[in-house]
Amino acid sequence: MNRQMPRWKMFALHAGLSLTCAVTLYPVLWVVKLALSPTQTLSMSANPFPEAVTLDHFRDVLGSTDAQGRWLFGRQLLSSIVVSAATTLVGLTLAVTAAYSLSRFRFPGKQSGMQLLLITQMFPATLMLVPLYSILQTLGLLDSIGGLVLVYATSSLPFCVWMLKGYFDTIPRELEEAAIMDGASPAQVFIKIVLPLARPALAVTALFSFMQAWNEFILAATLLNDTARFTLPVALQRYVGEYKTEWGHFAAGALIISAPVMALFFALQKFLVGGLTAGAVKG
Amino acid sequence: MFISHLAFADAPVLKLWHGYRGGEEQAIEQAAKQFTALTGTQVELLAVPYDALSSKLTSAIPHDAGPDVFIFAHERLRQFHRMKIVAPSGNGLDRSKYLKPSVDALELDGVLYGYPLSIKCLALFMRGDRGLTAPTTTAELENALTERRQNQFTLAYEAGDFYFHAPILFGFGGVLFDEKGRAQFDTPAMTKSLNWVKSLQDRKLMPQEVSGALVKTLFNENRAPFVITGPWFTGEIDGVPYSIHPLPTVSETGLPMAPFLGVEAAFVSSRTQQPELAQAFAKFLSLGDATIIRVTLGRQIPAELAAYDNEAVAKDPMISAFRTVAERATPTPNTLEMARVWEPMKLALRAVLQGGVSPADAGQLAERRYRALNREAPPTTTPVPWIIGLSIGLVTFGGWQLRQGKGKTFAKRYPEAGRGLLYVAPAATGLFVLVIIPFVIGLSLSLFHHDAGEYTFVGFANFADILTSKGYRITEPLSFYFTLVVTLAWTLANVVLHVSIGLFLAILLKDPLLKLRGVYRVLLIVPWAVPNYITALMWKGMFHQQFGAINAILGHLGIEPVSWFTQWSTSFAANVITNTWLGFPFMMVVSLGALQSIPTDLYEAAEVDGASKWTQFRRITLPLLKPALLPAVILGSVWTFNMFNIIYLVSGGEPGGGTDILVSEAFRWAFQRNEQYGFAAAYSVLIFFVLFAWSQVTKRLSGEESA
Repeated sequence: MNRQMPRWKMFALHAGLSLTCAVTLYPVLWVVKLALSPTQTLSMSANPFPEAVTLDHFRDVLGSTDAQGRWLFGRQLLSSIVVSAATTLVGLTLAVTAAYSLSRFRFPGKQSGMQLLLITQMFPATLMLVPLYSILQTLGLLDSIGGLVLVYATSSLPFCVWMLKGYFDTIPRELEEAAIMDGASPAQVFIKIVLPLARPALAVTALFSFMQAWNEFILAATLLNDTARFTLPVALQRYVGEYKTEWGHFAAGALIISAPVMALFFALQKFLVGGLTAGAVKG
Repeated sequence: MFISHLAFADAPVLKLWHGYRGGEEQAIEQAAKQFTALTGTQVELLAVPYDALSSKLTSAIPHDAGPDVFIFAHERLRQFHRMKIVAPSGNGLDRSKYLKPSVDALELDGVLYGYPLSIKCLALFMRGDRGLTAPTTTAELENALTERRQNQFTLAYEAGDFYFHAPILFGFGGVLFDEKGRAQFDTPAMTKSLNWVKSLQDRKLMPQEVSGALVKTLFNENRAPFVITGPWFTGEIDGVPYSIHPLPTVSETGLPMAPFLGVEAAFVSSRTQQPELAQAFAKFLSLGDATIIRVTLGRQIPAELAAYDNEAVAKDPMISAFRTVAERATPTPNTLEMARVWEPMKLALRAVLQGGVSPADAGQLAERRYRALNREAPPTTTPVPWIIGLSIGLVTFGGWQLRQGKGKTFAKRYPEAGRGLLYVAPAATGLFVLVIIPFVIGLSLSLFHHDAGEYTFVGFANFADILTSKGYRITEPLSFYFTLVVTLAWTLANVVLHVSIGLFLAILLKDPLLKLRGVYRVLLIVPWAVPNYITALMWKGMFHQQFGAINAILGHLGIEPVSWFTQWSTSFAANVITNTWLGFPFMMVVSLGALQSIPTDLYEAAEVDGASKWTQFRRITLPLLKPALLPAVILGSVWTFNMFNIIYLVSGGEPGGGTDILVSEAFRWAFQRNEQYGFAAAYSVLIFFVLFAWSQVTKRLSGEESA
C-alpha cells in the first residue's frame, strides 16, 4: 500500500479521530465532574470539567457503614469480587468443557442442543425471574452468594459456549492427533495444547463472564436480602431514587465500580480483536 | 466476651425492610436500637430503594425469605392483602392514639393492618420574603402577584403527575370513583379542573413541564413564590424564609382542594415466625420515643397524636402546619382501583399540558387507557386438550428420533458419545435447571392468567387479546403492532449506526503506522467498558430539559432548549443516541479484527489494476468482511431488540409509552400493571417468535454466503 499520506490528509485524520474521541469521552467526563463537584444536583452547563473539586462524595461512598457500624462498602466490594471471580471460574470451566466437546465429538442431541442454547437467548430475561426465584428456593439457594454465582454462570453460558466452540473449531485437529501419537493422554492434550492455543478466546470469555457478574443488579437486588452481601451495583441503585437522585454519590460510586472493569478491559483488549473474530473468520 | 457472644446468638432476631434514606433511615435505625436495648431483640434492617421494595416484598414473603416487619405506604395495602403477605394488627392497635385518617387508611373490610408511622400530603409553600399573604381561594392565588417579570411565575408544581392534580380535581367537585367503585375519568369536573390548570399555564402563571428539580430551583431563586409540594420539600429549601399553608379553595365551586393523604405504616408479615414479637416491634415504632426520633431526626409528620404535645415537636412550625393541612386531606383509597388510576391520568395530564389534547377530550383518553390496562380476566378453559396434544407431540418426536437411528447401532453412530456427553454434562445440568426450566415455565405462563398469586388456565386468550389489540386502536402506543414497529425501527436504526460508525472508525484505525493508534483505540472502546445502566442514567441526566448538558451545548449554539422526552421523535432520538454511543465500540473491534485478516496483497493487486479506493472497499473489503461481520450484526440485532436498560432508564417509554419497545412493554405488564405475568409472558413469546423468524432469515443469509 502507498505509505505516503499527504500532510493535510494526515491532519484531517487526526482531527477527525480526536473529535470522535472527545464526543465519546464527553459523558464519561461528566461522570467524573459530578463525582468531584461539591453538589448533589445537575447544573445547566456544557463544561465537562469540574469548577470546584472535593473528594467528599468518594469519602461518603467508600466510608458507608450500616446500623451495626460494619464497613458496608468493604463488605459489598468483597461480595462483588467473590461473586464475579467465582462466576468467571465456574462459567469458564463449564463453557470450556462443553464447547470442546461440542467442537470435537459427535453425540446425540448435539445439534438441537446448540440450537436450544441460542433460542433461550431470545426470550426476555425478566420473565424468567419469577420461575427462577421458585427454583432457587427449592434448591435452598435463595439469598446466597452461591445461588447468585450459579445463576450468573449459567446465564452467560450460551454466549460463552458459542464463542469458544467457534474458536476451538479453528484449531486444527492434527495437532491433537500428533500429540496422541506421541503418547499424550486426552487430558494432557486438552490442557497442554488446546487451552494455550485458545488463549485469546478464553480471555474474552473470562472478561465477559466477569463483566456480566460485576455489572448485573436486577437479579442481585431480587435474590439477596442482606445489605452486607449486596454487590456494588445494587448498592449504587440506592443513590438513584424515583424522586431524587444523589448525582454526586451516584457518580462517585459509578466510577469506583467501573474502574476495575475498565482496567481489566484494557489489559485484555489486545485479545479482544482476535478472540471475538477468529472463530467467525475461519468458521 | 465469649458469654456475651453466646447470649447474642440466642437472642431473637427480627428483620425489618424499609425504603428510607438519609435522615429517615438514621431515625429508623436509632428507633430499632432502642427496641434492642429494651427487649434484647436484635433487629436486622434492610434498606431497599422504594420503587424496588414492593416487588421484593411480594416475591420474598410467600417464599418465606422476607422480613418480619416492613414499612410501606398504605396505598398498596389491598394488593399486599390479596397476596396474603400482611397480618392484621389485632388488639395491639389503639385507634385513639393516632390521627383518625391515618388509622382509617389502614382498614380493609373492618380489619386493621399495620401501625401508622407518619403521614404525607401536599401543602402550599409560600416564600416569606415577598410580603405576600397566604391565598385562601384560587382567585386570590391567581391575583397574588400583580406584576411579574419574564421567567417569573406565581405558582409551580408537578402538574404532570396525578398525585398533584387530584386535589384540584376534588376542588372542582370531581369524584374519582362511581357508586360501584369503578374509576371514572370522563366527567365535567375533570374537564373543568384540566381547563383551569391549562389556563394557568397559558397565562404564564405557571411554567411548562415542571419537574421536582425545577420546583426547587424556582422557589429557591425567587422565581415562583408559591409551590405545591410535600413535607420532603423542607430539606430542599436553601435558607429561604417560608411558611406552609393548606391548599386554597376553588373559587368557582367553593370547595377546598383536598390532597391525598399517604400513610406510612409498619406492617407485620403474615409469614413471620415470631408474630407476637413482630407485632410488638411494629407497635413500638409507631409510638412514644420512636415517634419523637422519627420526627426530630427523620423530619416525619407523625401519625401519633401524643407526639404533637411534645415540646420539641410543637416548636417545629413545619410539623404543626402539616397537621392543620392534613385535616383537609383524605387518605388515598387503598383499593385496587386506585392503583389503576395513575397511569391513565398521567397520560391525560401530559397530553393536555403539552397541548396535544383538549381538556374536554382528555377524560376519554384516560378512560380508554384505563380500560386497556385493566383487562378483564379471560374465561378459564380446561388444559386437558393441551396436555393430550403435548403428549402426542412428544411421543411422535421420540418415535421419529428413534427411527432416524434405525439400522445403525448407537455405538457405531456415535463412537465418542460417552466422552462427549461427559464433558457436556456439567454445563448441561446447570443450563437445564437454571435456564431451560425457567424458559419452559416462562413459555407456558403465557397460557395462564395471573391475579394476586393465583394462576388460571386460559389457553390462547392472552395471545388473542394482544394480536387483535383488544381495547385500543392499532395505532396507539399500547398496541402490539405499534410497539413492534417502534422496536423494529429502533433495532434497525441502532444496527445501521453501530455498523457504519464502527466500520468507519475501524478503517481509519486500520493503518498500523498511524501515530497514536493505540491511544485512539483505547479511548474509543471506553463506552463498552462502562456498565450500561451507568451510561443510561448519565445520558438521561444529559438530556434533562433544564439541567442537561445537551441543552446547554445547544444553548451555546443559539438553539432553544429541547424538551427531549415530550415528543416521540426527540425521545426516540435520545434513546438511539445513547445506544449508539454504547454500541459502536463492539462493532469497531469486530471490524478491526476482520480487517486485519484481509491480506494486504489483495489491495496491492487492485492498486496495480487501477481500482479506485471506493471500488476496493466495495469489491474487497466488504465481501471479505461479511463472514466476520454478519454474526456480529446478528448478535447485535438480537441484543438491541431486547435492550431493556436503555429504553427503561433513558426515555422510560415517554411520551405516553410511545417509545417503549416490546421488552419494556412486557416488563410493564409483568411488574407495573397488576402483575399480569401471563399477559407479559405472551408478549415475551411473541418477541421470541419474531427473533426466531429473524434468526432463520439470517441463517439463510449466512448459508448463502458459505455456499
